[in-house]
Amino acid sequence: MEEVANLFHGFAVVLQPYNIMLMLVGIVLGVIIGVLPGLGGANGIAILLPLTFAMPPTSAIIMLSCIYWGALFGGAITAILFNIPGEPWSVATTFDGHPMAQQGKAGEALTTAFTSSFVGAFVAVVMITFFAPLIADFALKFGPAEFFSVYFLTFASFVGLDKSPAAKTIVSMMIGFALAAVGLDSITGQLRLTFGFTSLLNGFDFLIAVIGLFGIGEILIAMEEGLAFRGVRAGINVKVVWETWKDLVKYWKTALLGSFIGCWMGIKPGGATPGSFMSYGVAKKLSPNGAKFGSGHPEGIVAPETAAHAAGTSALLPMISLGIPGSPTAAVLLGGLLIWGLQPGPLMFVEQKEFVWGLIASMYLGNVVGLIVVLTCVPLFAAILRIPFSVIAPVILVLCAIGAYTVHNSTFDVVMMMIFGVVGYIMRKCDYPLAPMVLAIVLGDKAEEAFRQSLLASQGSLTIFWSNGLVATIMALGLVALFWPLIQSGLAQLRTRARQAY
Amino acid sequence: MSEHSQSGGGGGPRHRSVEIALASATTLFGLIVIYGSIQAGITWGIEGPRAGFFPFYLGLLIVGGSLVTIAQVLVGPNRDRVFAEWEQLRLVLAVIIPAGIYVALIPFIGMYVASALLILVFMMGIGRYNTLWSLAVGLGLPIITFVVFERLFLIPLPKGPLERLLGF
Repeated sequence: MEEVANLFHGFAVVLQPYNIMLMLVGIVLGVIIGVLPGLGGANGIAILLPLTFAMPPTSAIIMLSCIYWGALFGGAITAILFNIPGEPWSVATTFDGHPMAQQGKAGEALTTAFTSSFVGAFVAVVMITFFAPLIADFALKFGPAEFFSVYFLTFASFVGLDKSPAAKTIVSMMIGFALAAVGLDSITGQLRLTFGFTSLLNGFDFLIAVIGLFGIGEILIAMEEGLAFRGVRAGINVKVVWETWKDLVKYWKTALLGSFIGCWMGIKPGGATPGSFMSYGVAKKLSPNGAKFGSGHPEGIVAPETAAHAAGTSALLPMISLGIPGSPTAAVLLGGLLIWGLQPGPLMFVEQKEFVWGLIASMYLGNVVGLIVVLTCVPLFAAILRIPFSVIAPVILVLCAIGAYTVHNSTFDVVMMMIFGVVGYIMRKCDYPLAPMVLAIVLGDKAEEAFRQSLLASQGSLTIFWSNGLVATIMALGLVALFWPLIQSGLAQLRTRARQAY
Repeated sequence: MSEHSQSGGGGGPRHRSVEIALASATTLFGLIVIYGSIQAGITWGIEGPRAGFFPFYLGLLIVGGSLVTIAQVLVGPNRDRVFAEWEQLRLVLAVIIPAGIYVALIPFIGMYVASALLILVFMMGIGRYNTLWSLAVGLGLPIITFVVFERLFLIPLPKGPLERLLGF
């Protein structure tokens, strides 16, 4: 039970007044970011990252991860009151959340969503507490070949599990890797792909890409759709919360199911959205009230919200234990670690104990604080959405520009951000997934290093990726993930053939 | 060539054309990556694989994926789908053009003045707000930003002639 002792040490770190204040600030900022169109968890944190450079790393990660929790909570507010999913994984929440709000039960729907989010996140944090050290310990034995196989699995999952066409996912991802390769080659120290432009010497920073692709791109999409917010008013008071909670206890099975689906899906990249839909679908099939789903039934909020939050939280598990982020937001947090001079990965559990356990403890407390903040401040946050878009859009543009500038104090980066924004808008309209591109920009150098070091060890033979049981298993899993759509249709064909044979 | 959508609305560029243009652009990008990798060396040197070794294969995958995409679009159904209606594109351009000018102006007139101008143009031009409201937000946000960044967090943002005149 060494984890428990470490965890309590972490709580001691988090419970300092300065850190609690940052936690509150983070949650409030996070909910605002989650509610506003054009600002999501990933680019919101990217914009605020430079403000944390002067803080101690533990305080900085507490604030940034709390922004993440806040953004996750915020997505539910827009989904329920305005029928606008703030984040893709809130889509399933609108199915029952918005009908409930229209029936005048907005307070109940919001309380249900927040409580479910809290439960999902809590289950995932407990899992992280006990699994992250195990995985990190295991990963200490990893060589370059094993690390490359994990990168391969991560990116293969995107190709096979994403609903976008595989060719487009590959193009988007490889562009990300190529952008990461621009500039100084970390192994030979040689310049490459700069074509003589001095501004490309340092390569492309993924923070600029995140702010452009997700921030500017999102504003352009919102502008095109001509968003007119017509929302339902919500009042939450102690009585509503209490009554809802009493009612919610009977859905504990759905909540647990959702949390587990979320944890399982969240470890894989891009798992939060499919996780929330899967949980909604499974709950609808298993629940005795399944027929009421879609007409404003609380259980239809419990299922996707627990899964989405559990997935959002467990996306941090591979980030902490392996240094491989499971989502763009986790990637931005990882970028923060690098900037503060911390090397993410298995060694962090040995060398940066205080930091890691402070982060894990802040996940527990951050979600408690988050639940209290959102339950008490909903009307305030909903009011933000009533500010017209022609006011919000330029303000967000300015914030994105400031965020992009402060990463390296460079006005060239602001121009790059704008280009990423316009390209991101067109790519998104054409069904190219952007998350793999961002993760590839972040992980490109490390994946390449692992690949080349493995090849060096084997004198250029690819058999090193099948040389022992561990690396072969991970590579095989990666191949299964890569060809999953083909395998699935193959299985379906076999099944129909077997049926015809009888 | 008819450019009208099935929905009969305003019409707009066809989705296919945009898809093919984008895939051609990514093909070109892939070719540039391949060219740059060959320049850096894609063979094995004394230090193992040379700098262009890894990016070379990335370039091949980009070109391959782009060509598959073009093929899929060419044989795919839904030939008349529009990318976006002209009216929608006008709104998008109404963001891109001022934002592009804003970004270009920052090095010359500073972040604060440029931001104030952007907000004013947006609120008065697109939002049709009266001057008073627009000025309140347009001047308020840069002033708050100034206090937060320059004073609280000691992060300097780009400044122009106006700030120099005021002595910052």
